[in-house]
Amino acid sequence: MSAEKHSPLAQFEIKRFVDIDIAGVDASFTNSSLWMIITIVAITLMLTLSMRGRAMVPGRWQSVAELSYEFIANMLRENVGSEGRKFFPFVFSLFMFILFSNMLGLIPYSFTSTSHIIVTFGMAIVVFLGVTLIGIIRHKGKFLSLFVPSGVPAVLLLLLVPIELISYLTRPVSLALRLFANMMAGHTLLKVFGGFVVALGMFGVFPLVAIVALYGLELIVAFLQAYVFTVLTCLYLNDAIHLHH
Amino acid sequence: MPQLIIADFSPQLVWLVISFVALFFVMSKVALPRIGEVLEARQERVTSDLEKAESLRGEADDAIKAYETALAEARASAHNTAQAARDEMNTKAEAKRGEVEAKLAGQLAEADARIAAAREEAVGHIRTVASDTAKTVASRLIGVDLDDAAIEAAVAGSMTEGN
Repeated sequence: MSAEKHSPLAQFEIKRFVDIDIAGVDASFTNSSLWMIITIVAITLMLTLSMRGRAMVPGRWQSVAELSYEFIANMLRENVGSEGRKFFPFVFSLFMFILFSNMLGLIPYSFTSTSHIIVTFGMAIVVFLGVTLIGIIRHKGKFLSLFVPSGVPAVLLLLLVPIELISYLTRPVSLALRLFANMMAGHTLLKVFGGFVVALGMFGVFPLVAIVALYGLELIVAFLQAYVFTVLTCLYLNDAIHLHH
Repeated sequence: MPQLIIADFSPQLVWLVISFVALFFVMSKVALPRIGEVLEARQERVTSDLEKAESLRGEADDAIKAYETALAEARASAHNTAQAARDEMNTKAEAKRGEVEAKLAGQLAEADARIAAAREEAVGHIRTVASDTAKTVASRLIGVDLDDAAIEAAVAGSMTEGN
C-alpha cells in the first residue's frame, strides 16, 4: 500500500466515492467524476458570471469569455467555413472541457480526467463517428470518394485506398492517444521530480527548480493539447463537409 | 497502470457523457448565445457609430460649403453696395457741383452786369460833371456862356480821345 502511494502512477488511480449501479452498468461516482463536474461548473461559472454585466466595454473576465468565444469561432470559420457554424456549440464545449480538465489537473492533489485513455478515446470516438455520420448524410455514396485520391493511376489505387482507409480509421486512436499520452507523461514527470525533491533532502532544490520549469511547460502543453484536439476535430469536420482531399 | 483497469472504464464513460452533455446544453442554450449577443451588439454599435460619424462629417462639410457660399455672397453684395453708394455719391456730388457752378456763373454774370451798369453810370456822370465843369470854367474864365450841345460834343470828343 505504501509503495503504491509513492508510485508516480498512483495519482491516476480511480477512487470510488459512491457506488452507483444503473441497470447493471457501473456508474459509480469517482474522483474522475468529481473533477469532471468541477470542470463543467468552472466553465459555466466563468462564462456566465463574466458576462453578467454584458458591458459594451468588457472587463477582464468578460474579455476572457469573449476571447475564447472568438478563438473557437475563428478556428471553425478558418478550417470549416460558414457551414461549420452549426457545430460551434459542440466544438466550443469540447475545447473548453479539455482545456479546463487539463488546467485543473495541474492543481496539486487534483485529478486529471483527460489523463485516462478511456475518457480521451470516448471523446475521440464521438468526434470520429459524428464526423463520419455527417459525411455520409451529406454526401451519401460520394462520401467514399474521400478514400480515393484524385489523379492517381488505377493500379496505384489498389494500394492507396487501403492506406487512406486505415489512416481514416486510425484518426480516433491517434486523437485519443495524443491527448492521453501528453497528460499522463507530464503528470508522471512532475511526480517523479517531486519524488526527487523529497529523496535528495537539501539538494532537492535542484529538482524543485526543474519542477517549476516543467510546470510552466505543462501549462503550455495543457493549452496546446486542447487546441490540437479541437483543430483536428475541425479538420475532420471540414473533410466530411467538403470532401476535398 | 491505473488507466488500463477495465472495471474503471464504465463509470468514467458514464460521467463523461453526463458532464459533457450537461456542459453542451449550458453552453449552447445559455453561455454562448449570451456572449454572441454582446459581441453582436458591440459590432452593431461600432458600425452605427461609424455611420453616424460619417454622416456628421458630411453635415460638417455641407455647413462649411454653405458658410463659404454665404461668405462669398456677402462679400459680393458688400462690394455692390459700396459701388452703388460710391456711384450715388459721385452723381450727387456732380449734380451739386453743377448747381453751384451754375449759381456762381449766374452771380458772376450779374456782378458783371452790375459793374457794367455802374461803369456806364459813372461814365455818364463823368460826362455831365465834365460838361458842367467846362461850362462853369468857361463862364468864369472868359465870361461866355457856351452852348450845351457844343460842350457835350467837345467832352465826348475828348473822352473818346482819352480813352
